[in-house]
Amino acid sequence: MATALAPGLTTAPPLYGLVLAGGRSTRMGRDKATLAYGDGTPQLERAMALLQRHVTHAYVSVRAEQSAEPVRARFAQIRDTHENIGPIAGLLAAQARHREAAWLVLACDLPLLDEATLTRLLRARDPARTATAYRSSHDGLPEPLCAIYEPRAREPLCAYVTAGKQCPRKFLLSVDTLLLDEPNPRALDNINTPGEYGPANQTVIGEHAIQPRNLTVQYYALLREQAGRREEALQSSARTARDLYAELAARYPFSLTPEVLRVAINAEFADWSTPLKDGDTVVFIPPVAGG
Amino acid sequence: MAAFHFTRKPIDTQALRMGLADPACGGYATFEGWVRDHNEGERVRGLEYEAFEALAVREGERILGEASARFGIAHAACAHRLGELAVGELAVWVAVSAAHRHEAFLACRYIIDEVKHRLPIWKKEHYVSGDSGWVNCERCAAPAAHTEALSPPGRHAHKHGS
Repeated sequence: MATALAPGLTTAPPLYGLVLAGGRSTRMGRDKATLAYGDGTPQLERAMALLQRHVTHAYVSVRAEQSAEPVRARFAQIRDTHENIGPIAGLLAAQARHREAAWLVLACDLPLLDEATLTRLLRARDPARTATAYRSSHDGLPEPLCAIYEPRAREPLCAYVTAGKQCPRKFLLSVDTLLLDEPNPRALDNINTPGEYGPANQTVIGEHAIQPRNLTVQYYALLREQAGRREEALQSSARTARDLYAELAARYPFSLTPEVLRVAINAEFADWSTPLKDGDTVVFIPPVAGG
Repeated sequence: MAAFHFTRKPIDTQALRMGLADPACGGYATFEGWVRDHNEGERVRGLEYEAFEALAVREGERILGEASARFGIAHAACAHRLGELAVGELAVWVAVSAAHRHEAFLACRYIIDEVKHRLPIWKKEHYVSGDSGWVNCERCAAPAAHTEALSPPGRHAHKHGS
């Protein structure tokens, strides 16, 4: 997808990645970066693996006293230069280290973050804006900890902190942030307490249990034109047609949202939440106009 | 010939009519949808129909079955064109035969309304201006909430076309 550039910019600024692992995990009572999900992978490691697929340089943001912790010590680190200002400290330190870079910032405590959510953010990125972020499916406010901050965000962010403010959501509201709808409304649920950890871990285990399935997708009318094909065979670990559409919408410039589509599985109308099986043929049905 | 079918050739209504002949029927009603030369302020030069045939044929047969069950008619049939059509051409044909005219009219109306709402068929309009667009899809595409997006799934047909 072509991205608009600010006047004077001929290419988008390089994108670096930052996973924030400098928190104190007070409510969890255990270090969230090392908390294991699914097959036992610490969530910092999982977040770094997701990030590294998309950026040339990926760093972990840490406080100085955390730098020797074994999971954090596996990765390139950027140490906080400010204390007690929350997650903004990590971004400020990263921006100071590489002023020329845009930063894809991820919290380390997003165990349900998926590839489709990250891909959509990257595709929609507009370097002419100060930031690109999701609108929370819970309260409609910007999600600052799965977002892209352009180099032009550095000065207003410094001014914001100098003025004694530290809420990253309000910062995004104060600048010309490009806000997107989340393809998966649970992807950015952050998990802060032992009570939230159990159910989230069960969800991650469920996702791991799904082997990629062989699916056929057929496209008609507007979707056929936007996908540039009539049919494709693919492997996907999407659990439902809804997940599959989110995955495909991250790949193709689909203009239709699931709300206006119907779905058919094996040539019968189906529910969006029907589990997909190996060998299924899926068709997304744009608004019809027979007769 | 199945009661519901698609064709890429002109619909032969005379031949199809014979399939509904029945000595027990005193009423025969048909509806023909033609390609119109304008739609929503645009001058239309022609149309292109595309269908998800496997599902549309099943759903079309279900609609004809529903019409029989609801209105007690003797026979019902529907044919729909696919591919490129010029202004004036016959795009969709519905026919019903029944003992009396009342149920024939009602069933004919029911069938065309359901066909337009439920069948996975799409229509691309080619305008005299050189532009083109998928009917009911282009305006759904805007990210902003549109009243259309609030309709229940599969109820996107508007008051245009045939």
